[in-house]
Amino acid sequence: MGNVTLVIDGREVSVPKDFNIIEAAKRVGIDIPALCYDPNLEIVGACRLCLVEVEGWNKPVTACSTRVQEGMTVYTETEQLIGLRREILQLLLDNHPNDCLTCQKAGECLLQEYAYRYDVKFREHDGDRRRALVDTSSPYILKDDSKCVLCGKCVRICYQVQDRQVLSFGGRGFDTKIVVDADLAFEESSCVSCNRCVTVCPVGALVDKRVLGKARPWDGDIKGVKCKACDYGCNFEVLSKNGKNIAVRARSPLKGRPLCLKGRLMTEFIYLDEPEVPYRKEDTQFVETTWEEALGLEGVLMKLSKDE
Amino acid sequence: MITIQDLNKIKEKTLKKMELRLRAKDEKTDIKERHVLICGGPGCHSANAEGIKMALEEKIKKKDLHKEVKVSLAGCFGLCETGPNIEIYPEGIFYAHVGMDDLDEIVEEHLCNGNIVERLVFEDALEDGKVKHVSDITFYKKQKKIALRNCGIIDYVNLDEYIALDGYQALAKVITEMTQQDIIDMMKEANLRGRGGAGFPAGIKWETAYKYHADQKYVICNADEGDPGAFMDRSILEGDPHSVLEAMAICGYAIGSNQGFIYIRAEYPIAVRRLEMAIEQAKDKGLLGKNILGTDFSFDIELRLGAGAFVCGEGTALMESIEGKRGMPRTKIYRTSHRGLWQKPTIINNVETFANVPAIVQNGVEWFKNIGTEDTPGTKVFALGGKIANTGLVEIPMGLTLREIIFDIGGGIPNGKKFKAVQTGGPSGGCIPEEHLDTPVDFGSLGRLGSIMGSGGMIVLDEDDCMVDIARFFLDFTVDESCGKCTPCREGTKRMLEILERITEGKGTPEDLDRLESLAETITQASLCGLGQTAANPVVSTMKYFREEYEAHVYDKKCPAGSCKELIEYFITDDCTGCTLCARNCPVSCIEGKVRELHVIDQSKCIKCGDCMAVCRFDAVIIR
Ligand SMILES: Cc1cc2nc3c(=O)[nH]c(=O)nc-3n(C[C@H](O)[C@H](O)[C@H](O)COP(=O)(O)O)c2cc1C
Ligand code: SF4
Ligand code: SF4
Ligand code: SF4
Ligand code: SF4
Ligand code: SF4
Ligand code: SF4
Ligand code: FES
Repeated sequence: MGNVTLVIDGREVSVPKDFNIIEAAKRVGIDIPALCYDPNLEIVGACRLCLVEVEGWNKPVTACSTRVQEGMTVYTETEQLIGLRREILQLLLDNHPNDCLTCQKAGECLLQEYAYRYDVKFREHDGDRRRALVDTSSPYILKDDSKCVLCGKCVRICYQVQDRQVLSFGGRGFDTKIVVDADLAFEESSCVSCNRCVTVCPVGALVDKRVLGKARPWDGDIKGVKCKACDYGCNFEVLSKNGKNIAVRARSPLKGRPLCLKGRLMTEFIYLDEPEVPYRKEDTQFVETTWEEALGLEGVLMKLSKDE
Repeated sequence: MITIQDLNKIKEKTLKKMELRLRAKDEKTDIKERHVLICGGPGCHSANAEGIKMALEEKIKKKDLHKEVKVSLAGCFGLCETGPNIEIYPEGIFYAHVGMDDLDEIVEEHLCNGNIVERLVFEDALEDGKVKHVSDITFYKKQKKIALRNCGIIDYVNLDEYIALDGYQALAKVITEMTQQDIIDMMKEANLRGRGGAGFPAGIKWETAYKYHADQKYVICNADEGDPGAFMDRSILEGDPHSVLEAMAICGYAIGSNQGFIYIRAEYPIAVRRLEMAIEQAKDKGLLGKNILGTDFSFDIELRLGAGAFVCGEGTALMESIEGKRGMPRTKIYRTSHRGLWQKPTIINNVETFANVPAIVQNGVEWFKNIGTEDTPGTKVFALGGKIANTGLVEIPMGLTLREIIFDIGGGIPNGKKFKAVQTGGPSGGCIPEEHLDTPVDFGSLGRLGSIMGSGGMIVLDEDDCMVDIARFFLDFTVDESCGKCTPCREGTKRMLEILERITEGKGTPEDLDRLESLAETITQASLCGLGQTAANPVVSTMKYFREEYEAHVYDKKCPAGSCKELIEYFITDDCTGCTLCARNCPVSCIEGKVRELHVIDQSKCIKCGDCMAVCRFDAVIIR
């Protein structure tokens, strides 16, 4: 694959010609805001935050979906672009609860980060708002529609595994939301609690319920570990606070790695000082179970062998 | 399977039977034979055109005239307002508002005795006591029919009649005498611009797909027609389905595709039925399917039904929908002529665009370019609606002015009201005021005025229409139809609508006007697809041409057109004679006054129903 050379914000960069502007910009350390782009997922161009200007083109284009071209001159932070981004962010905040104080996502939330970067604030208004439909039915995932920015990453990543494909868009226009199967609660759905969706959510709309209230990203340590339950070796993070391992959460699965509940529980069982009780799904209900049942005998043995 | 020779035989044979209809209007005739055409277009269909046809045939049979008089249903005549419409040939008499009880008189007087029933003649066909031939009626005279050339003339269920009027000759010519590049060059030279809204030149699009190598390519006809009030595509599909099938096959040949799809909304069951029938007929005769007309070109067409979401008319959302996914527009990483349906090179054109193709092949590029303007050769079909005398479907050569369309063809504004603006292009279009009425219409000129051609909606507004409310009305549609994929359109149009609602309720602030402008800019610049990119047009254009109306709502809390309920009040002037009629009719009894004394409305109780104004015989109740 040949390379092309372009100039982004005055910096020259040479990248393979199938790169998009957003990837090329990253090469020279320019971070273009993006809520819906993920290098591992299909490109959809939905959030419109990554708009950039290209010299000679009559309209801004999305950096996530526009291929680089030889000799292209790109600007990523012009006055016009900043104006558009601020207005788009304001539209998102106008339809978002002012909950950063207690939100599990605070500190890692992209909406929070961009609002800070472009100085956009929550404000009072008497217009319509997305309804706060909170799904607490799963012991593994908390879904809060009022915080969803409809980037669709969760839908795309769930869709990547053949027999999952649980999430989709429901409704339309202002009433669009992410639905689980035919708009069921997690508990009643075919969701396998792999938490793939949670790992890509840029905001606090999908969070890991077993981490909830235990620690925030800045007040503990995070260590990456590999799952030992099968050959895929999916990535997890162990969160610790005051020298104690308190929670495990899945890391964004790269292509080909499925993530699964068993692996997650196994990782919890191996690393956590006081793992919470595991749950398994029985028809349309989550029920408490034992570690033996959740992991099988070998799983328990593995832990014992580690302890030794 | 038929050959080109067979095609010509059918043509000759059928043409004889259609002679009466096609005869030049001044040709003398003393034969008793007649042809009655009943409009079977959308408007007349719902006004029981089929019932009328059956009843008429029965009465004709009773009079033993059925050998001489042929009755058929034809595609839309265009004058939906006056339906049910019928035409009688060879005299070319246009009867309007024909009811069941009028049939005896028509049969007895016209068909038996040869006397025109003046009482039923369309009023614009009467001049100085004379009845004009249908082609001399002003409504038709300024029109030029290309896309609708067969609508209202041929019997839409009869393939032979289509063939008689040169049907499938273009396809025969293309696949036997022309190369792929030849036909593409022809479309490029003709500069046929897409009639679905964006006006992209069809030839250029076809060439892109032709030049892209792939094992499979597709042709799609976009028959989603989601603009409220638009029914030109429906009329073509119902009145002349074969013209679209023929054109799709031509396109298939040009780009190297053997499979076409027609994406049509399920709310058009009649069009769906006629298309199914037409595809069947064409396949039977070997005009579609394997080895068309004995050549080695094969092309098949299937229907796909849309569920009626407006956004599914957008090319890429339509493809997603055919693929069985949620109809959301794709971000444009690839051109659809390279990677479209199932990631294969795909040509998508609108119904009306396709309907033009066979006519161009038949009559040549020069003929086509002589019609219309440099910017947009040819014609465009418009659906006239709103405050206009002749609502209905018209096909006009590009370059006619808005004034000619509205006042000459459309018959002007009814009830002596004053013209205020014309809204073109449906919910994505803009409002054009009086001062621009002399603009010749084409894609470019409407764009420069801040509106668009769109699919050809044309809604006329008069002095009673509030421009803020009109903008609100169109935005309301867009908000409902936004697919929700991208932020500016999903969130932004909703906020604009909320502001417009506030303004029409008299709660608007000066900041709201600034906010509207800034939101409009963001939504236009940043939205993913055409729906969002054009959603603000109704607001932007009305703010540009009628800003004083917005300001009156915001600053003076008044609606100059007297249309926004919250901002008007009913008031009784000195003209009141004290007849008490209004007081007796007021549903909330808020009018006080003794007999023969001035009456007064208690504004705090009035619900603004307007009953008092409607009943007052002295015009003493006014809106202020
Ligand atoms: C929201 C939206 C709705 C559309 N609806 C239609 C439609 O109903 N019919 C149509 O032909 N084109 C529609 N279009 C335009 C199509 O995207 C596309 O441009 C057109 O079908 C191409 O055909 P043409 O070049 O022959 O016009 C729509 C576009 C947008 C953005
Ligand atoms: S999702 Fe982000 S912006 Fe929203 S409340 Fe949580 S931290 Fe704040
Ligand atoms: S947890 Fe896994 S299966 Fe369940 S919705 Fe998320 S990605 Fe899909
Ligand atoms: S839940 Fe999260 S990942 Fe899914 S669409 Fe909403 S914001 Fe995006
Ligand atoms: S998480 Fe599941 S799929 Fe991934 S390595 Fe562990 S056991 Fe295997
Ligand atoms: S502009 Fe509107 S209709 Fe188009 S993709 Fe965005 S949300 Fe959907
Ligand atoms: S507008 Fe209706 S409610 Fe008001 S005074 Fe007249 S009749 Fe009564
Ligand atoms: S990241 Fe490009 S549109 Fe969302």
